[in-house]
Amino acid sequence: MSTSYVVRFVLIMTSLVAVLLTVLFLGLKERSEINEAIFNKKAVLAAVADHLGEGVVHEDLTDDQVLEIFDNNVEQVALNMSGQQLTADDIIAAGYKGGKPENIDMAKEKKKTEADRILPAYIYNTDKGKFYILSVRGNGLWDEIWGNIALEADLTTIAGASFDHKGETPGLGAEIKDNPAFSEQFKGKKIYDISGKYTSVAVIKGGAEKGDAHGVDGISGATVTADGVGEMLERGIRYYEPFLNQVKSVKPGVKN
Amino acid sequence: MAENTVQEVKVKEPLFGKKEKKLLTDPLNDNNPITVQVLGICSALAVTSLVLPSLVISIAVVFVCAFSSLITSLVRNAIPSQVRMIVQLVIIATLVTVVELTLKAFNYPVYKQLSVYIGLIITNCIVMGRLEAFAMANKPWRSFLDGVGNGLGYGAILIIVAVVRELFGKGSLFAGSPIEMKFIGASNDYMINTVTSDWFGWYSNNNLMVLPAAAMFVIGLLIWAQRSWNKKLVDIS
Repeated sequence: MSTSYVVRFVLIMTSLVAVLLTVLFLGLKERSEINEAIFNKKAVLAAVADHLGEGVVHEDLTDDQVLEIFDNNVEQVALNMSGQQLTADDIIAAGYKGGKPENIDMAKEKKKTEADRILPAYIYNTDKGKFYILSVRGNGLWDEIWGNIALEADLTTIAGASFDHKGETPGLGAEIKDNPAFSEQFKGKKIYDISGKYTSVAVIKGGAEKGDAHGVDGISGATVTADGVGEMLERGIRYYEPFLNQVKSVKPGVKN
Repeated sequence: MAENTVQEVKVKEPLFGKKEKKLLTDPLNDNNPITVQVLGICSALAVTSLVLPSLVISIAVVFVCAFSSLITSLVRNAIPSQVRMIVQLVIIATLVTVVELTLKAFNYPVYKQLSVYIGLIITNCIVMGRLEAFAMANKPWRSFLDGVGNGLGYGAILIIVAVVRELFGKGSLFAGSPIEMKFIGASNDYMINTVTSDWFGWYSNNNLMVLPAAAMFVIGLLIWAQRSWNKKLVDIS
């Protein structure tokens, strides 16, 4: 077969394939974006899984329920590193077309220099009070890890936490997501000590002491991932400190 | 005479005869892509820690294998032999992208779970091996069946391995199932979940089974079992 035939064959084939895939991609784009948004929202709600209402199990939430909770009960704000709330234009200027705090991609933010980052915060309103859900992101052993931390209205006590990871070892580092007992430990821990100093919550190798309000047990065989979680929390929640202080100052003496 | 030969040709090609049946069943046992040809081991080790993703990837491989064989066979006489491998690769990659986009649009959690492994079907030796060995030299219908057969042979092993690994490694079966098939335990999206069960709560997970290395052992045991049962596979000479 001649060279010109080969060239013609390849050209026709590749353009056919390109057209086919473009049409399919554009046709399904909207649907996959909706799915992705629901997936991310569900991950945010995982941090307040205990407070979704009587008999509501987080894993069994349908897509519509997730959207409903988000539309009715969740207030979202975007913050810069000094705690100022950003407008939709600011979010668009930071590179997120949707202009909503939920559009902020923590993975992209992690690549920016610290001072330029913007952060989403979700305020979940229930009849039992408000919960502040913060997004954190850090490094595990193999790849990135991330999570959502819910604070109670006193802005000190952790109401719940959920973690996820990109490629930690199944059975070891991946336990931060797969083993509910790990995130369960964070409930009731405090990120400030009695004097009001920021302490975060440490993940302690060998196990936290009983009654330690600022520490949880590590995972055997996954010290690097566990340390990563500790570092991520310390740094990630610290980013939100200006915002937390603002909320506190607006409502002085917030206590449950 | 001429009429006779025409008739003979027609008789020789039933839609679903013995040969066609053999194309479907051979890869399930005598010529299994994983346990006999030892192809596609990489993904068999990587995705089989849970049943649901294994099932999804098996369906994806059946689809890709069947339709890439069909398409390749349809255009086999037009494909310039100098670039045939690249043409096969483009066909496979196109179909895999179709699967990836569809999955992303219709079941995002599973798409997230499988992440890179859907894309890695492109490099699955089974698919390309069948195109090169069979579809390039056979008619479309037979190539299609050959593709389906090999996809099924691959999928069958994947699911057997995944059932063993999930059951012993996580104490569950069909975690994350989109349809309700509660059997043991109280979770709606599990078939078996020992954690939420009143009777099997004592089960402690075997963490070795969650690691990819365990898949190697399970596949090894499967090959052993198959060879002791199917004497055809053992080289007696």
